[in-house]
Amino acid sequence: MKRCVHVVAAMAAIMLSASAAGAQEKLKIGLIVTLSGPSAVLGGQARDGFNLAVKTLGGKLGGVDTEVIVVDDELKPDVAVTKVKGLIDRDQVNFVVGPIFSNVLQAIHKPVTDSNAILISPNAGTSNFAGKQCNSNFFVTSYQNDQVHAVLGKYAQDKGFKRVFLMAPNYQAGKDALAGFKSMFKGDVVEEVYTPLGQLDFSAELAKIAAAKPDAFFTFMPGGMGVNLVKQYRQAGLVNIPFLSAFTTDESTLPAQKDDAVGFLAGSNWAPNTDNPQNKAFVAAYEATYNAVPGTFAMQAYDAALLIDSALKATGGKTSDREVLKAALKKADFQSLRGKFKFGVNQYPVQDFFLVRAAKRADGKYQTEIVEKVFTDAVDPYAAECTMK
Amino acid sequence: MRDAQTEVTRALLQPPRTPALLMFVALVLVPLAARFGAESFILSVFTRTIIFAIAALSLDLILGYGALVSFGHAAFMGIGSYAVGILATHGVDEILLQMLVAMLAAIVFAVATSAVSLRASGVYYIMSTLAFGQMLYFFAVSLSAYGGDDGLTLSGRSRLLGTHILANDRAFYYVALALLAGFYLLAQRITASRFGRVLRGIRENPVRMRAIGFEPFRYQLTACALAGAVCAISGVLLANLAEFVSPAYMTWQRSGELLAMVILGGMGTLWGAILGAIAFLLLEEVLSGLTEQWRLILGPILILVALGGRGGLAGLYARLRRRTGGGAP
Amino acid sequence: MSTALLLVQTLNGLQLGILLFLIAAGLTLVFGVMDFINLAHGVQYMIGAYLAAMFCAWTGSFWAGIALTLPAALAFGLLLEVLVFRHLYGRDHLDQVLATLGLIIFLNQAVKTVWGAAPLSVPMPDLLSGSIALMDGLLYPVYRIALIGVGLATAGVLYLLINCTRVGMLVRAGATNAPMVSALGVDIGRLFMIVFGFGAMLAGFAGAMVAPILSVEPGMGDNLLILTFVVIVIGGIGSIRGAFVAALMVGLIDTLGRAFGPQLLRLVLAPAAASQTGRSLAPMLIYILMAAVLFYRPSGLFPVKQ
Repeated sequence: MKRCVHVVAAMAAIMLSASAAGAQEKLKIGLIVTLSGPSAVLGGQARDGFNLAVKTLGGKLGGVDTEVIVVDDELKPDVAVTKVKGLIDRDQVNFVVGPIFSNVLQAIHKPVTDSNAILISPNAGTSNFAGKQCNSNFFVTSYQNDQVHAVLGKYAQDKGFKRVFLMAPNYQAGKDALAGFKSMFKGDVVEEVYTPLGQLDFSAELAKIAAAKPDAFFTFMPGGMGVNLVKQYRQAGLVNIPFLSAFTTDESTLPAQKDDAVGFLAGSNWAPNTDNPQNKAFVAAYEATYNAVPGTFAMQAYDAALLIDSALKATGGKTSDREVLKAALKKADFQSLRGKFKFGVNQYPVQDFFLVRAAKRADGKYQTEIVEKVFTDAVDPYAAECTMK
Repeated sequence: MRDAQTEVTRALLQPPRTPALLMFVALVLVPLAARFGAESFILSVFTRTIIFAIAALSLDLILGYGALVSFGHAAFMGIGSYAVGILATHGVDEILLQMLVAMLAAIVFAVATSAVSLRASGVYYIMSTLAFGQMLYFFAVSLSAYGGDDGLTLSGRSRLLGTHILANDRAFYYVALALLAGFYLLAQRITASRFGRVLRGIRENPVRMRAIGFEPFRYQLTACALAGAVCAISGVLLANLAEFVSPAYMTWQRSGELLAMVILGGMGTLWGAILGAIAFLLLEEVLSGLTEQWRLILGPILILVALGGRGGLAGLYARLRRRTGGGAP
Repeated sequence: MSTALLLVQTLNGLQLGILLFLIAAGLTLVFGVMDFINLAHGVQYMIGAYLAAMFCAWTGSFWAGIALTLPAALAFGLLLEVLVFRHLYGRDHLDQVLATLGLIIFLNQAVKTVWGAAPLSVPMPDLLSGSIALMDGLLYPVYRIALIGVGLATAGVLYLLINCTRVGMLVRAGATNAPMVSALGVDIGRLFMIVFGFGAMLAGFAGAMVAPILSVEPGMGDNLLILTFVVIVIGGIGSIRGAFVAALMVGLIDTLGRAFGPQLLRLVLAPAAASQTGRSLAPMLIYILMAAVLFYRPSGLFPVKQ
């Protein structure tokens, strides 16, 4: 019995110490991103971008001392749910910023929006939360996923491509990608190929493309799959077929793709060479601090911090009145790195989209650069379904 | 060396009431302690732990007593959680019904796959369970009607006998704990029964068992179906805890984690599997709070346990008891 | 489908098979001779790719990079052998599973700590870049042809080593009955060390060879490990010949299934249903193959153990 008491006492002690930091003096922000596995680089960019913003603002958002608690969702939805509960209950955060991936967003959306915290996604922007399930506690600083794909569909349409070959991994985001492309492209789709998730070798598909001789090729191959595809695409001698893609040639993969990706086209809401003073300062500071070229993941997380900063300035640093806080957030009264930025009814951004091209810079590093504007003040296609006022 | 090992084995086979009882008493008290802290978080961590303890316990049934190393056990967790997800989308949110369907589906899957796997032995058995687990994983990824890779958000927890009691975190915790305790007692009964003795006999010497008239295949198949059904319940609970269903619940890495829990705790003792799940998940929780590089610590700990600990934590306990002169309780 | 396309896809399948063989050869020996479940073989492949990326960047030359990677991968394998594996020979399979699982967790994190989370790459050597026309209008990358050549050469060397040398004889004997070899006075510890080091080097070599076409990233070995397991189980554990045949089978079935599966299904199903089913089935094909092989031959196609 004595031992029982000891065990219980010890457990109680652990829990008490874990929850000791209950008092609420400073602003607490939980940052939940993927920091393990092959996709860790994306979460790392978001973390670095967010931290850089807090550092640039002198460790304060809206004039309040800010503590950022970084957790890794491990790209496992059930782990992510436990971790956000920890952020909300144990750490009592005011904001949860994250995640990177759609499936994690689906899992953590309800626990966070049901709580006292506000969820700000710096990347994942699924269609369901943009439309019928829009929620006043949920803000997105990136885009609705389909929009980036639509940029390339529009470009292919405007360019007069007649026959396009499509390829994506066989999962939800892949299907959405091709649907997004086709929403703007009215020409002939030669073939739609879905590859198993995590496929390494694309030689079978590349042979099909070579045989089909399309006017252009559109794909969505995030992460390592994209690195492999781009290298193999060039090696297969297909470069005279225009390579259009989303999340395939960006700053997270260019360091590995290098010259193989140069000249390939993609869609984006921003590029490191976006021409405005605060963006120039951001890119320079990011490169100096983390020795890497920032991508959209870093930019959108940086903007998320600016968004929180602007709202707290408006409320005088108070988070207690949620309606006031949400109204202040919705105003989006900050200077976004991408230039223009405002929220639509569903609290997803209304913004411009560009065609970007991968390029090698004079200093030998690689980045995407803006070619032309494709959409102006684009509202995502699901916003109309959102009944929020 | 040999001597020490037989001694440990003998100690392990004694009914280790004390540690199991202590463990359950501690688990019963968790919600009381949780009131002093971040209640819903602590409950969520421990509910998750209990859920994995159920899965580890079911794995120990075939691993520890049948020496059937399944590298695809997470598939059953997946079956359980998809039973919840799919039924809930069609308006069936009664958890007892969901459990029933989950168990039936798990038994069907276990029988169908084991009928093939059990023809092989040793490493071939391990790899064929892995293959079936992977097949199910890819099947779930391609289930676009139920979210595919993105998974499926549940509108809320299931109902128990028409009530919304499971929405209460504390009630849900105790339901999970009661199921764990129930399965623990059931597993104890089973392993002590004639069926359990036959299973152990097959583990030690299948040829002899066949010679005296026990057909190993039938017993092993039954054990696999039983373990699968129990594990499916853990899947039902996991889906309810996260209020989310995803193919990520049945990756081969998850199966590996389940194996690691059982080995860490000490297989073939039942309570060791439970302890292993608790130790593994709390270790993850604590380490990941310390540093982002926590895997640099977790990996070596697992290696050291494998190198040094014969019989995992349960084996360690048995050795400690022996050293301090404590006999059987 | 045209004959040319069929030919190219067959070549592609062959090439994937050869790649799988390079990794599987080392693993099947470790499994077979030492009766050791080595889940860490995939991370050894990953280490090989990272070493190649590092050495190629240092020396500025692909060839020098590969030449440095081989001894480094061997040294790394031997280090692991001394630190971890040596203590687990003859132990329960489960201890081996736990220890090598721990190694995977540790090394996947360690490469991230050392080399960063962003994917790395190895530039294609000039000599092997570009593609050649196999037929009218059908290009095939030179590097992939080279990869097939290297794989076949490795298979040939392994064949000679195993069948015509003393160590090879011991390895064959060890795969069949290790205790007996030990009883006959062979220093089994040293044999194990040689086999393990050699297996690690082969895995590292495979990692280095694929680095120019695949991205070098943390966890890159995890999924390949599973494919490799499928190969050695189909082939029969411990059999190099089995691994070779099975690797080609898996490579061909995976590639051809992906390429032509939906078309074949279209003969019996409606187009939409056919492409949907084809997509779902493609990643499962090799597992179905494995289950079928195990059903008819529970010890693989070329069983070694008595």
